[in-house]
Amino acid sequence: MATLEIDRVKKSYGQMDVLKEVSISVGDGDFLVLLGPSGCGKSTLLNMIAGLEDITAGEIRIAGEVVNDLSPKDRDIAMVFQSYALYPTMTVRQNIEFGMKIRGVPAAERAKATQAAADMLQMGHLLDRRPSQLSGGQRQRVAMGRAVVREPKLFLFDEPLSNLDAKLRVDMRTEIKRLHQRLGTTIVYVTHDQIEAMTLATRIAVMKDGIVQHFGPPQEVYDRPANTYVARFVGSPAMNIIPATLHVGADGRAEAAVSLPSGEARIAGIALSAAALKGYHGQKVLLGIRPEHFSLTAGAGLAVQIDVVEPTGPDTLAVFTMGGTEVIARLEPFAAAAGDRLALAVKEDKVVIFDAATETRLD
Amino acid sequence: MATDRRSARRARLIGRAFIYGALIALAAFYLMPLWVMIVTSLKSLDEIYSGSFIGMPQAVTFEAWGKAWSTACIGTKCEGLQPYFVNSLMMVIPAVILSSGIGAINGYVLTKWRFRGSNIVFGMLLFGCFLPFQAVLLPMAQVLGRLGLAGSIPGLVLVHTVYGIAFTTLFFRNYFITIPDELTKAAQIDGAGFFRIFFSIMLPAALPIIVVSCIWQFTQIWNDFLFGVSFTAGESSPVTVALNNIVNVTMGRKQYNVDMASAMIAAIPTLVVYVVAGRYFVRGLTAGAVKG
Ligand SMILES: Nc1ncnc2c1ncn2[C@@H]1O[C@H](COP(=O)(O)OP(=O)(O)OP(=O)(O)O)[C@@H](O)[C@H]1O
Ligand SMILES: [Mg+2]
Repeated sequence: MATLEIDRVKKSYGQMDVLKEVSISVGDGDFLVLLGPSGCGKSTLLNMIAGLEDITAGEIRIAGEVVNDLSPKDRDIAMVFQSYALYPTMTVRQNIEFGMKIRGVPAAERAKATQAAADMLQMGHLLDRRPSQLSGGQRQRVAMGRAVVREPKLFLFDEPLSNLDAKLRVDMRTEIKRLHQRLGTTIVYVTHDQIEAMTLATRIAVMKDGIVQHFGPPQEVYDRPANTYVARFVGSPAMNIIPATLHVGADGRAEAAVSLPSGEARIAGIALSAAALKGYHGQKVLLGIRPEHFSLTAGAGLAVQIDVVEPTGPDTLAVFTMGGTEVIARLEPFAAAAGDRLALAVKEDKVVIFDAATETRLD
Repeated sequence: MATDRRSARRARLIGRAFIYGALIALAAFYLMPLWVMIVTSLKSLDEIYSGSFIGMPQAVTFEAWGKAWSTACIGTKCEGLQPYFVNSLMMVIPAVILSSGIGAINGYVLTKWRFRGSNIVFGMLLFGCFLPFQAVLLPMAQVLGRLGLAGSIPGLVLVHTVYGIAFTTLFFRNYFITIPDELTKAAQIDGAGFFRIFFSIMLPAALPIIVVSCIWQFTQIWNDFLFGVSFTAGESSPVTVALNNIVNVTMGRKQYNVDMASAMIAAIPTLVVYVVAGRYFVRGLTAGAVKG
C-alpha cells in the first residue's frame, strides 16, 4: 500500500513527445484510472510507473520514494497485462510461483501463497493446467493471481478486460473491484472504456495526446468536466454541447439564451461565479447538459420538436434540435414519439458552461 | 440417372488411376538411384562386373559395408571411413550446438532487447545468408592459420559456427518476434534478468525452432564438402572428403560396391535425423505465434 506521485513527467521518443508534463498524485488505497483514446500515452505512462520505460523528465514517487532509477523488480509493484502475458510453457502454478521463486521465497510459503490466491480467485482446479488450456476469463484470473501473490505496494493493470466478451467483462470488473476492496492496495488501471473508469475509479485522469485533460474523482469528472473533450468522452450518450449566449438574469444569476426552431428560449438560474459571469456577459458560450437532466414539464419549458426516439428499455432517448445542433434527452419510456412537440425542463444547477473558443469549463 | 452416376464414377476412377500411376512412376524414377546404391552395395564385386546394375543381388553380402567402414584404403591408410566418420561427429556436434545457441541468443536480443542499430545488425547478418562460401575461402584460410587452427577439426567447428550464425539467427529472430513483448515485461517485473528470461521463458517456448535450427545446421555441416576439403587434409578430414577420396582414388578394378556402401554410410546420419525429428521440422517451419 502506498501513495503514488507523478510529478511533471515527460516522455519523448526521439523528436516525438508522447507525454507532455503529466502530474497526477493519488493517496494510499486509491484506485486511479487512466482513461483516454488509443494512442494517448496511457500504456506508456503505466510502463514508466512499472520501470519498463525510461522517464525522459520529471519524477515518479511510490510511497514517497523516487523510483526513476529503480528497476521494475525493485519497485514493489505487480502488473496485469492486456494479453495476460502468462508464460506459455509453465503451468498455472508455475506461472504464479515464478516471481516468488526468483525472490527466493521458500517452497512451503510459495505453496501457501499460491493456494490463498487460488482460493480468492476461485481457480484452485486450474493450477495444473497450461495457459493454452484456459479460457480468456480464466487466463485473466491467473494473471491477477500472479499479481496478487506478490503483495505489492502498487497494482498496475493495462486494459485487463479488453480481450473479454461483454458479459465476462462486467463480471471481471466486479471481481477487480472486490479485489481492491479486500486488499486495499493502491491500483493504477488503464482503459479506454469510460464505464469501466466510472465504475472502478476513486480518481480518474482523462488523457488526450499525452496531456491530462481532467484529474479528479469520477463524479466530478462526470458532473463538472474540465473541458468539452472530457464532457464528450465520459458518459453515454455523451454530454450535449449546445451553443448559447450568456446573460445576467433577473435574479442576478447566469441565464443562457438558446435558439430553438420555435424561437429563442432562456435557461435561467445557472450556477456560475460572479467573476466569470461578469466577464462573459453577452458573450457566446457552450452549454453542457447531460441527457438525463432534461425532463418533461407541464408548465412552460423549452418547446422542442422530437426528431427521433430510441427506446433503450429503462428509458427513451429523444433526439431534437437546439442551438443549431442535435441534442439528446433521456426521458421515461413512452414519454415521447417522433414528431411530438414537447415542453422540456432543464435541471439548471447541473448545467455547465464552457468558453466558446478554448472549450474549457467556466467556474 | 443410375447409368449417369455409374459413368461418372468410372470417370473418376480412371482419373484416380491415372494420377496414382503417374505418382508411382515418378516416385520410382526418383528412388532409382537409391535402389541402385542399395543393391550394388549388397553385391559382390564379381557379380557387379558380370551382371546388371539394377537387378537384385544373387547372393546378398555385407562384405562391401564392412570394407567401407573399416578396411577401405584412403590415401596410404587402410582403416575405412570409421575415423573420418568420428571426425565428422566431432565437428558437427559442437558446431550445431554453438551455432544454434548463439543464434538463439542473437534472436532473443534482436527482438526483446532492441538497441540502437539492432535492425542494421540484423540486416548485415541476413547478408551472411546470401554470401557464397567460395568468396570467404581465402580470407578464412588466413584467419585459421593465424589462430593456429588450420587443418584441424576445431578450425572446421569455428568456420561452421560462424557461417551458421546467419541462418540460425534468422530462424530464432523470426520465431521470437511472434512471442509478445509483454511476456518479457511480465518476467522483468517478476524479477527475472536477461539470462533467466532466456532460459526459463524464451527457450522452452522455442522448442519447434530449436529443432528446425539443429536439423538445418546438422544437415548443412555434415554434408559440407567445400570447407572440409579446403581447410583440412589427411587424417583430420570429415567423412565427405574421405568419401570423395575412396571413390576417386582406387587401384585396380573400381570397387563399386564399396563406393556405394561408403556413400550410404556418409548419408545415414542426416537420414536418421530426418526420420527421428522430421515431424518437428515441418511443424517448426509452419509454426506461427505461440498461443499464450
Ligand atoms: N517505442 C516507441 N517508439 C516510438 N513511439 C512510440 C513507442 N511506443 C509508443 N509510441 C507512441 O506513443 C504513443 C502512446 O502510446 P501508448 O502505447 O502509450 O498508447 P495507449 O494510450 O496505451 O494506446 P492504446 O489504448 O492503443 O493501448 C503512440 O502514439 C505510440 O505510437
Ligand atoms: Mg495501451
